[in-house]
Amino acid sequence: MTSLLIKNGFVFDPLNGVNGEKMDIAVENGKIVEKVNEAEAKIIDASGMVVMPGGVDIHAHIVGAKVNSGRLLRPEDHVKDVEPKTPVTRSGVGYSVPSTFTTGYRYARMGYTTVMDPAMPPLKARHTHEEFNDTPILDKATYPLLGDCWFVLEYLKQDRIEECAAYVAWMLKATKGYAIKLVNPGGLEAWGFGGNVRDIDDPVPNFGITPREIVRGLCKVNTLLNLPHTIHVHTNNLGKPGNYVTTLETMRCVEDLARDGKPVIHITHCQFSAFAGDDWRTFDSGTEPIIKYVNAHSHVTLDMGQVVFTDTTTMTADGPFQFLLYELSGNKWVNSDVETETCSGIVPFQYRRKSFVHSMQWSIAMELALLIQDPWKIFLTTDHPNAGPFTHYPRIISWLMSRKAREKILERVNKKTLRKSLVPTIDREYTLHDIAVVTRAGQAKALGLKSKGHLGIGADADIAIYALNPETTDLSRKPATVRKAFERAAYTIKDGNIVVKNGEVVNAPMGRTFWLNVDAPKAEIEISKILQQKFAEYYTVSYQNYPVPEDYLAVSAPIHVKAEVE
Amino acid sequence: MTIIKLAPKRAFKTPVNAQTITPDAFQEKTMSEIAELHVWEGNRRRKLGELFHISEEKTAGSESLRIEVSGDLRKVRWIGAKMTTGEIIINGDVGMHLGEEMEGGKITVNGNAEAWLGSMMHGGTIEVKGNAGDYVASAYRGSTRGMNGGKIIIHGNVGNDAGNAMRKGVIIVHGNAGQFAGVNMHDGAILIKGNCEGRMGADMHGGKIVVCGHVKSVLPSFTIEAVRKRVKFEGEPVEGPFYLFLGDLNTKGKGKLFIAKNPNQHLSFYEKLL
Repeated sequence: MTSLLIKNGFVFDPLNGVNGEKMDIAVENGKIVEKVNEAEAKIIDASGMVVMPGGVDIHAHIVGAKVNSGRLLRPEDHVKDVEPKTPVTRSGVGYSVPSTFTTGYRYARMGYTTVMDPAMPPLKARHTHEEFNDTPILDKATYPLLGDCWFVLEYLKQDRIEECAAYVAWMLKATKGYAIKLVNPGGLEAWGFGGNVRDIDDPVPNFGITPREIVRGLCKVNTLLNLPHTIHVHTNNLGKPGNYVTTLETMRCVEDLARDGKPVIHITHCQFSAFAGDDWRTFDSGTEPIIKYVNAHSHVTLDMGQVVFTDTTTMTADGPFQFLLYELSGNKWVNSDVETETCSGIVPFQYRRKSFVHSMQWSIAMELALLIQDPWKIFLTTDHPNAGPFTHYPRIISWLMSRKAREKILERVNKKTLRKSLVPTIDREYTLHDIAVVTRAGQAKALGLKSKGHLGIGADADIAIYALNPETTDLSRKPATVRKAFERAAYTIKDGNIVVKNGEVVNAPMGRTFWLNVDAPKAEIEISKILQQKFAEYYTVSYQNYPVPEDYLAVSAPIHVKAEVE
Repeated sequence: MTIIKLAPKRAFKTPVNAQTITPDAFQEKTMSEIAELHVWEGNRRRKLGELFHISEEKTAGSESLRIEVSGDLRKVRWIGAKMTTGEIIINGDVGMHLGEEMEGGKITVNGNAEAWLGSMMHGGTIEVKGNAGDYVASAYRGSTRGMNGGKIIIHGNVGNDAGNAMRKGVIIVHGNAGQFAGVNMHDGAILIKGNCEGRMGADMHGGKIVVCGHVKSVLPSFTIEAVRKRVKFEGEPVEGPFYLFLGDLNTKGKGKLFIAKNPNQHLSFYEKLL
């Protein structure tokens, strides 16, 4: 493999404390190294450009059964966005639910190299990995949905945390997953019988366990197993006015489980969970108490779920919420139940500037991002494609970096929003360093990906170079320049290979699929007999056929984790 | 007036994507520049001049542009797509997607038109002297945004799904219509002077459908409201009498469905419910 030398760029590497200093980055054999032989190395002149680690996305629905149903549901989404093939890339379609190859190319064009798919029904693991195998360039991983799984509910009901941990360890290996995902814990199980849970202390029918016990239980399991990421939680009551109370309760309920000030819970697409008001007419922003809480505590990380005013496709495992959305919008919809595990739903949705609720949602996400002081606690996402397609990230970056850009949006939103929103009063503008944190370093740190999100020696050579000169450009006054630079990376380098040059894909190698190989042998053998018996009782798939074999993954990258359970 | 005449040089076997045959694309171009415009024949990229004879005629009067296309155009699709101004006259039968997403101007077809005529159009007028195929003024597959303005007049018959997901505008059919006229319609008006095969206005949210001829039945999700002597269509009265149905109740719709009383004596049992 050839070596690379990136010269004279303004380097932003927050994890190593580098803030816009002019320096050279050397790459050899796909890793960042101290120095290379300049005569042999390929030189990239990055003078007047910004050099950052490759982007990391902690939460984007890019693959899987539900995404694919979304593709089938939306031919009208594809017809307006067609990509012809090039000598290097395949053709593809899709605006809000792009086809797998197009997803890989578009992320790479924006300088992103690692993306996490956040919701895999364990039963659909094979489908998810098949689509991963067709998603080029990116390194990726997926989080199995475990918050409504019957086994988990049963173990937690009986307070058998260690056995639950053994089950989760087996599940992560069987589905080749990366973290524990909880979606509306308990609510999805209730939705199987047409119900839902009202709040965090409302017991789940047939199990008699509350969402609070599920969140706490899986949080303990996460700690026992030493998993690199925290539990990844989509809260109860998501998308309902007044739900900020539930969000606060969810964050509080694991406060005592935190150790050494490290995060133990990630509240995802927090915008959807920060609504105040009693109904849609009295709808309001509930960000203030959440921001106060997050600023005062270190055990929580969030991501934004920023709304973009566009036509998109909402899809989550939260079946009852999707049904609510169908009733609100009257659009076509899909809802499905996944045996004993979870459910899911899809509804196309259009966010409109002139709608009070939609523009308030825009404002809520902005308030969260701008008023939470520590950028290491909040990350940039749109919960692709729920609040907007990931291709709008550069636009969001320009909003975060420029008050002027935000004012321009506010000029055109609903007048009632203008009165209620806190955004016009906020002066804060993100620096490039903050942007590097919320788009890569912070996310990599929260995910526990040691070789991602930074440019230190030994890190994976995933590098993004943007044609943006912070010395000569006033970034806060030129949001369009910022947006354009982040839309089309001057270079994206993946594992030491140049994959994108001047916004065009020039090489499309296959990225890795990370999964956790959790070492908890003794406990696992103990539960395996019980599992076999229960599989025969509960599942349409046999215990032997359930796990995804490692050779099913195009490029398998297991991460070994030593659990604390024996 | 400038008249540009086109005629196919040969019979086409594969579909020709002729989005460039619009007054907008021809405007302020010389004949040689027009001949250089790109069209697709199947998966081959061709020049307009390779496939069509092109000639120009200038007459006194206004400066407007008229395109006349004559011959067998059944394989030629997307003529007049997205046009905003000018006029197109087609002598012969024409292929699918004529005037798709057009915003202004006028298209006249002296012959028949195939499916997707004027789909998603926003403005302008299309007049077809013969018949039209399915999905007239319809939305793209899966979309709920159909015709959003303008006017379509068809002197012959239309196929199924005319006015699918229509939002605004007018469709007048002098002949008969197939099934599902005005399906998923939100607003706008459809007048069918002939018979209709049935299931008119399924899933409609709003708008108006008038059928002057025979219909086999009305969907059970419509409820009878009144008997009207006449109905206003584009400000002009259409003499009846008509049964007025409201629906589609499946979607809590407020659409109006007028069915002529005289040719539909078999629907008289509805009067008992009034």
